[in-house]
Amino acid sequence: MTTSDSSLAALANPILSLRGINKSFGAVQVLRDVDIDVWSGQVTALVGDNGAGKSTLIKGIAGIYPFDSGDFTYAGEAVKISGPKQANELGIEVVYQDLALCDNLDVVHNMFLGREMKRGVSLDEAAMEQRARETLNGLSVRTLKSVRQVVASLSGGQRQTVAIARAVLWNSRVVILDEPTAALGVAQTEQVLNLVRRLADNGLAVVLISHNMKDVMQVADNIAVLYLGEMAAQVPVSQVTQQQVVELITGGRSGDIGIQHAVTA
Amino acid sequence: MSIASKQASPEQESPSETESLAQAMRDYWTRVRGGELGSLPAVLGLISLVIVFGALQGKVFLTPFNFANLLTQSSMVIVLAMGLVFVLLLGEIDLSAGFAAGTCAAVLAVTLTQHGWPWYLAIVAALVTGAIIGLFIGVLVARLGIPSFVVTLAMFLGLQGLMLLIIGDGGTIGVRDSIILALENKNLPPTLGWVLFVIVAGGYAVVSGLQLRARRRAGLVSQPPSLWLLKVASLTVIYGVFTFVFNQERSRNPVAASIEGVPYIVPLILVLLVGLTFVLSRTAFGRHIYAVGGNAEAARRAGINVRGVRVACFVICSTMAGVAGILFASRDNSVSPSTGGSTTLLYAVGAAVIGGTSLFGGRGRVWDAVVGGLVVAVIGNGLPLITQQAGIQFIVTGFVLLIAASVDALSRRRAASSGRA
Repeated sequence: MTTSDSSLAALANPILSLRGINKSFGAVQVLRDVDIDVWSGQVTALVGDNGAGKSTLIKGIAGIYPFDSGDFTYAGEAVKISGPKQANELGIEVVYQDLALCDNLDVVHNMFLGREMKRGVSLDEAAMEQRARETLNGLSVRTLKSVRQVVASLSGGQRQTVAIARAVLWNSRVVILDEPTAALGVAQTEQVLNLVRRLADNGLAVVLISHNMKDVMQVADNIAVLYLGEMAAQVPVSQVTQQQVVELITGGRSGDIGIQHAVTA
Repeated sequence: MSIASKQASPEQESPSETESLAQAMRDYWTRVRGGELGSLPAVLGLISLVIVFGALQGKVFLTPFNFANLLTQSSMVIVLAMGLVFVLLLGEIDLSAGFAAGTCAAVLAVTLTQHGWPWYLAIVAALVTGAIIGLFIGVLVARLGIPSFVVTLAMFLGLQGLMLLIIGDGGTIGVRDSIILALENKNLPPTLGWVLFVIVAGGYAVVSGLQLRARRRAGLVSQPPSLWLLKVASLTVIYGVFTFVFNQERSRNPVAASIEGVPYIVPLILVLLVGLTFVLSRTAFGRHIYAVGGNAEAARRAGINVRGVRVACFVICSTMAGVAGILFASRDNSVSPSTGGSTTLLYAVGAAVIGGTSLFGGRGRVWDAVVGGLVVAVIGNGLPLITQQAGIQFIVTGFVLLIAASVDALSRRRAASSGRA
């Protein structure tokens, strides 16, 4: 594979760096020698057609299952992630597409679900509510009327906001978002994209999985394109056009960018 | 924190803002209209039932003697329903709770009467029996994944058999222990009744007042102090009148036997109500119960031990059935193979649902069991004063349960359409 990331290389010290990642399920090799870097303060869009290996890649990063081989470097140190808990402890959080929120609980309860703050045996509601508000304020979230609303009463965009806020609540440094705008209308998509941008501006490393090229071009700093389990290219968004990205997704190459041995569709 | 608050958003309420009383009322009304009814229909139903029966048969119905009777009549169903709330919150059901109560009562009676155990050991034995039954059900449901409907239906039959075996050939075992009998049949001395009043009213004022202060200090939106005062005042007045009425002589023949004071069952139910409400609304475990009932998959991904929560809820339910069993033994002075049978379980489930606990899981409170249990007891107590026909009584009770279930389903639909599911 050819990496045309000369200007990306200038960005030193990625927080998360994968080299030569391989993963097979039985006879099917899903990931082949994949390299990817993720920087703090940047939105890295991870794109690729269905079956390109996006989900496998992020599930490996999240510790859902181990990679077969390859180097995993986090904040400059080689790590081996053995499970979701360990990924969380390192500061890696994933917001899955179904959000995993409890409709019958309010925003604060959902943000602290499974990790409640306690005073003695009882819950410390005041401290949780305050911290939830601080987090939402830090993300400049203005769309929530009250943090004591039940999640069932929220719109799709607001739910997405709650799920993202939950992910950043725990001093996380890398947030992976799986299709956050897939089910949203125009205005709500805009809200969520703004939020994604703010996460990066606040210093987090954001990995955004999306099928929507418009969203990707609008919000991402760099784009990593997977093609049939190989990393076709990881390039700054300023150096490619939407047309080129689409070619990379569908054919694995676009001009001199991409997999040179690939057959152009 | 990496993303510390940099700016307060303009629409965020200013710190320590207090809603006005009118605003708090409007918010409550909005929630009710949006389908979050809670126990409001049950409270309204209870009041209208008392008015109807009072108007038709006031001389008999509206007497302290009858009200005391009503409380003790309702206590078993209330306690059973309190336990069922935990299982219903998960969206599960326990059909065997009635006979679990009967089995625990049988264990109590056998250890007391036939083995001469002291009352406290017999109570422990009864409660442990309940816990084991719950553990058994819980493991089958949570580990093997058998629907709770089927497991507890099997237990419904199995426990009847177990009861027959424990009770043996005699058919009925008498209970003569004075402490056990006092639970349902004796009253607090009037002075202690007033002490309890001070504890209840004062305790509520202090605890809710401290909570209010903590929220105001932390700069969070809090209910207006006037609302707090209103709540404290109404509780004080209602419970004060309650205590006063029950401290009057209510015996039909005071010379032969004086009956006065708040029944012992009242403090017992209050302790269970406060304790279990604390567990459900103030502990992480309680929060996890709601989470599992609301979205089990989300709870699992949040790291909650979903199976553990399920098993624990069945254990709590059957242990509460054990408490109800002790009350049955106390009220009937004996335990027979029909203890806890007949309509007991249906009334208990009905009580929880009438009180506002959802059959679909994720919504309900322990308080619902108390209100719903009182509604069921008022119907059972007042209806025979109007008609002697058992057929009509069954039909009316069934009808009320149907109304409650419809309210539950309709409020869910309403909640879904207003985005509050």
